[in-house]
Order: sequence, then structure tokens, then C-alpha cells
Amino acid sequence: MIMFQADDISVRFGGIRAVDSVSFDVRQGEVFSIIGPNGAGKTTIFNLISRIYNSTSGKLIFEGKEFTRTPASQIAALGIARTFQNIELFPNATLLQNLLIGRHCHSRVGFISELLFLPSVRNAELRHREKAEDVIAFLGLERYRDSLIANLPYGVRKVVELGRALCIEPKLLLLDEPSSGLNVEETEGMGFWIEDIKKDLGITVIMVEHDMALVNQVSDRVMALNYGKVLAMGTPQEVQTHPEVVRAYLGGEVESAA
Amino acid sequence: MRYLFRTQYRQDIALWRHNGDRFWYGLLTVLVLIAPLVLGEFYIGELGAVYIFAIAGVGLMLLVGYTGLISLGHAAFLGIGAYVNAVLLARGVPFLITLPVAGLFTALCGAAIGRPTLRMSGLYLAIATLAFGSIVGTVFQKWTSVTGGFDGFAVPTPYVFGIAVDSATGIYYVSLAVLAFVMWISANLLHSPTGRAMVAIRDSEVSAQSMGIHLARYKTLVFAISAGMTGLAGALFAHYVRFLAPDAFDVLLSVQFVTIVFVGGLGSLRGAILGAMFVRLLPQFIAIVRDDLPFGIGRLPGLEPSLFGLVLVLVILFQPDGLNGMWLKIKRWFQAFPFKRQASFRRQKAYAKSERLR
Repeated sequence: MIMFQADDISVRFGGIRAVDSVSFDVRQGEVFSIIGPNGAGKTTIFNLISRIYNSTSGKLIFEGKEFTRTPASQIAALGIARTFQNIELFPNATLLQNLLIGRHCHSRVGFISELLFLPSVRNAELRHREKAEDVIAFLGLERYRDSLIANLPYGVRKVVELGRALCIEPKLLLLDEPSSGLNVEETEGMGFWIEDIKKDLGITVIMVEHDMALVNQVSDRVMALNYGKVLAMGTPQEVQTHPEVVRAYLGGEVESAA
Repeated sequence: MRYLFRTQYRQDIALWRHNGDRFWYGLLTVLVLIAPLVLGEFYIGELGAVYIFAIAGVGLMLLVGYTGLISLGHAAFLGIGAYVNAVLLARGVPFLITLPVAGLFTALCGAAIGRPTLRMSGLYLAIATLAFGSIVGTVFQKWTSVTGGFDGFAVPTPYVFGIAVDSATGIYYVSLAVLAFVMWISANLLHSPTGRAMVAIRDSEVSAQSMGIHLARYKTLVFAISAGMTGLAGALFAHYVRFLAPDAFDVLLSVQFVTIVFVGGLGSLRGAILGAMFVRLLPQFIAIVRDDLPFGIGRLPGLEPSLFGLVLVLVILFQPDGLNGMWLKIKRWFQAFPFKRQASFRRQKAYAKSERLR
């Protein structure tokens, strides 16, 4: 079943076509990776999907509904969560608060009842905390629960950001370079988590990634981009041996890349 | 040291974290309640003014300290609250109605101003709110049929349940009650989704948006709450000064409010109170020591504003967490006694980021 579809999507910044007529679809329950050299337009695609950028033309469809012009603040409520390449956590809040902010799109309490902290708010807060605690347990973040993000090491923050996205209880998770800044061991751990998220939580994942080992480990399908255009799409093996991709991205002949 | 073992989620959202909190805040409540029996009229008046500034400080703290927006126009909101309250009282509306109406009306003004200006941020927002402040100041001067212009406006005596609140003690208790209320709803708000949305907007707008937070809605909401609280403070301020003149609500007063939140410590309600104490008590302190200062420093004009400026700069440079940060350090010292270590007192570099990723 097709869950997400980008149909001939383009965006231009002045004269630059950052994303040029890109079409792809993501099936329910798969891990779909986007690879490409720097400036290929990978993160731009994420910013289009999370509606931070407006597309110049084309359509975005999620679960059969078009959301090409839905405001950015309503994307989370659709069930699409994301992480950021350079970590966009809330550094002066605790880990728990960060996760609870992830619960925001599930909050239904009125403003006046918040001011008076009525029982409805209290109960909602308890439920949010239960969910956040599930995520903390899932990712093994217990010991950092009350630490300020600003005091946490980079590797942990990366996991926290993943946790915050999971608190949204998304159907589709966008991971922007989950391994960037992580050491080999942490990258391996991230790979296991992505597999767990796919298998145990049943969340579909779109991932932008440079680390080929991680891409091979977790991806069902891979799309390669260069200069905003699709070069190749298919299994990790197919894409990595595709002559266009090898020339543009892996730098060299087919033999040396394999 | 006190270790909190949390076994239930509701311990996380409790207003008082443990019995120590209850004891000390209870003691503080008793002290401020019996203060008028002990202190003289003058000191009670000044303490009441501290409360009034603290109310406005809490309002501005929500905006600056928690949401990362700046306002140099809050004196205007204080003025709007003051004039609405005084004008309605003069028309015979009872005080228990004029007070909340002053707050609500100022909140509406805040929302009306906030909606267009909050597309801006940082310096641009500062300039826009500054302009708003001077426009409102001009309105107070020129709209003589309502405000009396430079002739001033004598504020009628308020009645609470038929009792005239005309003494410093009366204003003291009313201000205390309003401050307690404002603190309570602020604490509630900060425990709620809206409070977390504010922090999210302060720390990263881009990701706040991706978490489903509607930036314009929350910014306007916070601006309205902040203005509303300042309006409440204004209504009380009218009774503190008893005579409204338009030039009382100038930019210097706005700067004093900003000083409250910075000197108090960004991102802490306690900081707003401490900052208000500082801002109200520094002029008194200057007045006391003025004659004893060497080289005739005490006779220099503009001594007070320059001292405010100097303290603001020094605090931002050397104590970014403000008085609240100092308080926490002192508390930690006593908790750890006698095991204080230099490292635990090293200066924390923490900035409220609001200028990132535009």
C-alpha cells in the first residue's frame, strides 16, 4: 500500500532548481532512503514535506489526501514527524519537556482550563507523561530524563530528537541524516533503533543519509538525487551499482564502488 | 541534600515539589500577610509598589524569558490598564469590575498589537513595540476629554466589599492578592502544553512548527497574556500613584520592566519577583546614600538611570542567570554544606536563543 507520494514536485530559489520534478512514492512499513552528494536537494525535499518551504509546482499526497498547501504547524497532526540534520531540540528545556513538546499535537485542552489547571488538564498531562515515559524506556534514556538538553552530549541529543519525533506517534517519520556527528558505535545503535521503529512500532521511515553502511543495513529502497533530479531508484544494491549514481556520487567506476 | 524519589507522574506536575516547599512558601505567606502590622506606612507603600512591578514583571517574563520575544512598549500597557481602571471608576463602576476589565481590555490591546508586530523578531520587534509605546503615550497626552492630558487624572478611591481601599495597607493587600493570582496562573500555564509551546518557540521556531505549534497563534496569545498582566499591574499602579499623568508611562519605565526580567533572571518566575524588588529598591537605596557619596556623585543628574544601565550590563556580562541564578547558587551552597566545590559554582553559559534559524 502506498502511504506517501510526491508527484512531480519542484522548488526554485531564484534561478536555482533545488528540487526538479521529483516523483517518488513510499510504501507502508518500509524504510526509504534518499542519498546524494551535498546540495543534491535531499534536505530540501524534507523541508517541502514538512511544509517549511512551499513547492513551486507538484503535489504531495499522504494517505490519499493532498497536503501540498497545508500549514507547517498541521503536518504533525497528519502523522508526519521529522528530525533535523543539525539537531533542533529545545536546549534550555529538560529532556522530558522536549518529549512532552512532541506531544503537543495531541493536546486538546482549552486555554482557560490550562490557566486554572483543571482536572481535565491534569489528566491529559498524566497521559502525555505516560506516553513520553514509554518513549524514554524504548530508547533507554532514563538516566537523562531531567537533564537540560544543553548539558547532554551530541550522541544523546540525536537519540532525544528521535524520541521527540516518536512522541508525535507518527505514521511517517522523516530522519534527516540520523548518523551525522555520531561515531561508528552510535551509528550502529541508530541503525538498530531504526529497524526497531520499523518492525516494533510499524512506522514508515524516509531517511536522508550519507553513511552507506547504515543505508544498506536498514533501507528497503533507495533513491539517489543529484542537482535536484532523480538519478536512480531501487534496492540499495541496484542504486549503488547504477552507473549514473557511481559517476555522480560515489566517485569512480562501478568496480571500485562495489 | 534532598533527593526526590518520584514514583508517580503527578509528582512531576505538582505545584509544590516537596514539604520543604510548602513550609517555606507558607512561612513567606505569613510574613507578607503580617508585614503591615510590623512595618511603617512608607515601607508598606514601597512593598506594595514592589508587588505591582512584580505583577508586570511576571507578565513580561512570560514574554521575554519564556517565549523569547522582546517588548519595549510595556509601559504603554501599564498606562492603558491604569487609565481604563481610573476612567471606569470615575464613571461609578465598582473596583472589583474595573480591575479585571482593565486587565482584559489591555490583553485585547496586546492581541491587537501582537498580531501584526509578531511577524518581526529581535531588534525589529523591539523598535515596533517602542513605537507603539510612544504612540500610546501621545494618545494619553492628546485625548484630553478622557485622560485629562497633562492636567492629570485624579484616581478615585476604590471600594472592595464596601470598604474604602485608600491607605497604603489596603493597596498592599490588593496588590498581594493579584500578584498571588498572577503567579498561580503563570505557574499553571508553564506546566501546560501552552507553556511548553512558549519554550519551544523560544528555543527553535523551526522545530516548534514541526511539532505542531502554530507560531502566530501562540505568540499573539502570550503577548495578550503578558499585556493583560501588565494591565492589571497598571490598574493597581493608578491607586499607588493616585494621580495619573501621561509622562509617567514613558520608555524609561519600559526599560525598567526589561531590567526586571534581565536582572531577575530570564526564564524564572522567581526572577521576576527578585527583579522587581531590585528595580523598586535601588532608587530608594540611592536616595538614602546619595548625600554620603564622595566627590559630589550624589548630586549628578541622571545618576539613577545610569546605575540601572550599568547594573543591566554587568548582569548580562557576569550573571546571565540574574538574581535567580545567584539565589540558586546560594541555596546549593547551603544544601551541599560543607562540601562546596569550586566547579559547582562555575558560571553557566546559557543564553535564551531566539535569533537562530530564520
